[in-house]
Amino acid sequence: MLYAILCYNDEATVGAWSKAEEDKVMADLWAVQEPYVQAGRMGPVARLLPTTAATTLRKNGDEPLVIDGPFAETKEQLLGFYVVDCDDLDGALTLARDLAKANPGLGSYEIRPVLTHRAGTLPA
Amino acid sequence: MSDLAWIDAALTAARPQAIGALLRYFRDLDTAEEAFQEACLRALRNWPDKGPPRDPAAWLILVGRNAGVDTVRKLSRQEALPDEAAISDLEDAEADLVERLDGADYRDDILRLLFVCCHPDLPATQQIALALRIVSGLSVRQIARAFLVGESAMEQRITRAKGKIAKAGVPFEAPGPVERAERLAAVAAMIYLVFNEGYSAGPAVDDARAGLAEEAIRLVRLLLRLFPTEPEIMGLAALLLLQHARAAARFDAEGEVVLLDDQDRALWNRGMIAEGLALIDKAMRHRRPGPYQVQAAIAALHARAATPADTDWAQIDQLYAALERLQPSPVITLNRAVAVSKVAGPEAALALIAPLAGRLDGYFHFHGLKGALLTQLGRTEEARAAFGQAIGLANTPAEAAHIRARLDGLVQSS
Repeated sequence: MLYAILCYNDEATVGAWSKAEEDKVMADLWAVQEPYVQAGRMGPVARLLPTTAATTLRKNGDEPLVIDGPFAETKEQLLGFYVVDCDDLDGALTLARDLAKANPGLGSYEIRPVLTHRAGTLPA
Repeated sequence: MSDLAWIDAALTAARPQAIGALLRYFRDLDTAEEAFQEACLRALRNWPDKGPPRDPAAWLILVGRNAGVDTVRKLSRQEALPDEAAISDLEDAEADLVERLDGADYRDDILRLLFVCCHPDLPATQQIALALRIVSGLSVRQIARAFLVGESAMEQRITRAKGKIAKAGVPFEAPGPVERAERLAAVAAMIYLVFNEGYSAGPAVDDARAGLAEEAIRLVRLLLRLFPTEPEIMGLAALLLLQHARAAARFDAEGEVVLLDDQDRALWNRGMIAEGLALIDKAMRHRRPGPYQVQAAIAALHARAATPADTDWAQIDQLYAALERLQPSPVITLNRAVAVSKVAGPEAALALIAPLAGRLDGYFHFHGLKGALLTQLGRTEEARAAFGQAIGLANTPAEAAHIRARLDGLVQSS
């Protein structure tokens, strides 16, 4: 079963990490992913730029509305995601727990089963 | 990352909002700062055991108010607040509680906090020092090191600045739209000053000063989160990111300046460039150009060029012309001359800067560029004279070393 693991956290706190802290977190997160990559079970992984760089196109009526930033203002922002092949929800939760352990502070991981998936054509 | 490192990041991130709210509440900068300090101490005692609260800023505001109220007797009639151990368990109720306590728009709190630092009576150096102390939370020692002055001198500078602010009176009423726009412009200018303070420091100066560029980026991101639809704030953020992206390539191992054309573009920070390009794209959609956006657009053209030869100099020339119209200044004309020299040759560029001689006679870059253009034209003696004047006006050892290298080049070729 394919799962998307969506990572939410406060981008202001993440943005306050020093370069050394940031490098450490990224290395720890990579250590968690690596076995999945080796086993051929890891799909696309993306880290997103801050929501200040985002634009939203909102379809309300005939003419979609383009606005700056994410549509809803929330305490936690979507900072990135993984697409991963796990046996079941327990498997996906195990990965999410390991990611949470490698990641300091708070935040949440939303585990969303994937309905359809196309590999895409972009080189990694 | 350890618990403490995370708590430190959370306190830093929450600082502007918390001190901003405490300043509105106590109407006194020192009391607000002390209350925040106290709240941070309690956070360090409390969070490792209890776990951090969902909304650190809300927690710090509540606890800071509580602490400040203890200190400031005149406010003792206020209803007693729950102690911080209880607050930690409130989870979702926290934000709600703060909403009720501090009903006003926290956006204006942070803007006010930033704005008091750029009071027009304060010289630029005091504005920067104050913002770094109050908003960023750098220690006096760190700021003193960044400015290459003694700690007690910096302490005095900050105390004097605070005194001026206290005398001038902080504007506490919520600003109207025009006033808010004015505050925003003043704060943007102050953040740009902080950035330039860091950017103009060579690598020989220690990290403290170079760290100011990163601090400025943090401040502009904060401002952008508060005002996510302001194209000039997007432009400023893009400008700082695109310029700072080149930091690792701007100096060589000996600490000497590496010009844009000679920089190793593999050393440019791709993440910052991506963010900068995304922001300038967003800003331009608004069709409300301003000086920061135009400067960011120029930086974006450099960032998009895979090699110096790919640079769209004609477009850069046009953007500088637009910038001259928005913000006439001989320094901008001087920068435009670099683009003109690429598009139309050194002769045309020399003609463009000739009328600036009077106003820019004391400006390092004027003589540096003049020397470079004269060198291209083979007018060695005149180039030597221009470089000679430039050396006398160099602002940093790195600048002087760069010109000395150009002079050495002249000797070898003649």
